[in-house]
Amino acid sequence: MSLFREIISGNRQSLAQCLTSIENEDDNYHFLSEIYGHTGNAHLIGITGSPGSGKSTILNSLVKLMRKNDDNMGILAIDPSSQFTKGAVLGDRIRMQDLLGDKGVYIRSMATRGALGGLSNAVAGSIDVLDAAGFDRIFVETSGVGQAEIDIAANSYTTIVVLLPGAGDSIQASKAGVLEIADIIVINKSDYSHASLTKSHLLEMLDIASHSHNIDNNSINSSKNIWSVPIVSTVATSGEGVDELADNVYSHYKYLCDTGELEVRRRNRIRYIYRLLLQKQLYTRLENILLEERSIQQLELLMQGKNDPYTAVEHLMKWFDTH
Amino acid sequence: MMSSPLRILVAKPGLDGHDRGAKVVVRALREAGMEVIYTGLRQSPSMIVEAAIEEDVNAIGISILSGAHQILVPKVMEILFEKDLGNIPVFVGGIVPENDVEELIDLGVVGVFGPGTSTSEIVRVIRDAIS
Repeated sequence: MSLFREIISGNRQSLAQCLTSIENEDDNYHFLSEIYGHTGNAHLIGITGSPGSGKSTILNSLVKLMRKNDDNMGILAIDPSSQFTKGAVLGDRIRMQDLLGDKGVYIRSMATRGALGGLSNAVAGSIDVLDAAGFDRIFVETSGVGQAEIDIAANSYTTIVVLLPGAGDSIQASKAGVLEIADIIVINKSDYSHASLTKSHLLEMLDIASHSHNIDNNSINSSKNIWSVPIVSTVATSGEGVDELADNVYSHYKYLCDTGELEVRRRNRIRYIYRLLLQKQLYTRLENILLEERSIQQLELLMQGKNDPYTAVEHLMKWFDTH
Repeated sequence: MMSSPLRILVAKPGLDGHDRGAKVVVRALREAGMEVIYTGLRQSPSMIVEAAIEEDVNAIGISILSGAHQILVPKVMEILFEKDLGNIPVFVGGIVPENDVEELIDLGVVGVFGPGTSTSEIVRVIRDAIS
């Protein structure tokens, strides 16, 4: 049986080995191009937030709840690799005890392996494999991120941003970054003090954002087409508020389908992947050019002052245009 | 191309709630450049094997301090062989009386690490078993 057949027939071991081969960047171009035609059916959901904000614990309760409606759910849980030793502790499963042993849930822990943005380079390919394997909803949990890691939005259709009470004031809430990519905001650990203050700062921020959005798109969108970002307060350890979060995930997906926004996001994701692959190939080519004899000679000319780097690059770019 | 990091599952089976030792080993393996998936406490043998399959690991480490190694380890090995995964090296760490060590080795366990084993020894034995 071909690897692809094994995967869609539900063989978890083949699925897992396939994701390893994507992580290890083995030569799997033919396989990935074979499955591409079977992708595009899953609802991709990203969950991001700072370290310790409760992303894994929320997923534990959320996926357990959503399993009542979905047969197959996949989770890619990313944790950071050490820049020094390349090692990693992948501890997201620990928080997902309620999902272990559930045959309808596949959890895969992944290390960032030097990638920035809270993801691993294997995420895009792994999502496609899970999608082709027939998973209805695929969650990607980023490693703990700070303010500006927004790659998750390019890899998902619904992005959940998890915040903590008391983590910053109204100025923090108005900064650019992860809050801009949120389709749903969760204030987790909302039994802590300051939770209501945090919520009011965020509401104020969202109110301003939706107001300016309305002005910008006045003539294009009628107001019913605009998604207003909900703020859900949760206590993930007890499951409080998670039903409201699940409702919002469903209604966001409905919004995406009803308004055609899903197609827009699919297009963005494909463009992102296309760009990533192209970038990687071009970068390898660039590295090779730098090793070529002409580059070494060019460097010598630059050292002797017989040429300058600006002119050298201009000439090289002209050479590219004609080759 | 640089070789990819090894993926190791560290598991705590049964009702034993003491995981200081497991956490020390998790850190040591991380420092040795491995990707370590820790299951957390109170896993059943079948949960451990499921995790090993889903995470596609190169080796499994089982940490037991409760004295139940003669029940839990054979169960893990049995399920592994049943699923045709006998090729994944299994290690045991914790309090295992000397007389029981041979029994575990006979079951197919590759190494048993008792109290006082240095972490560099653990890393070395795991690397040797995988390569």
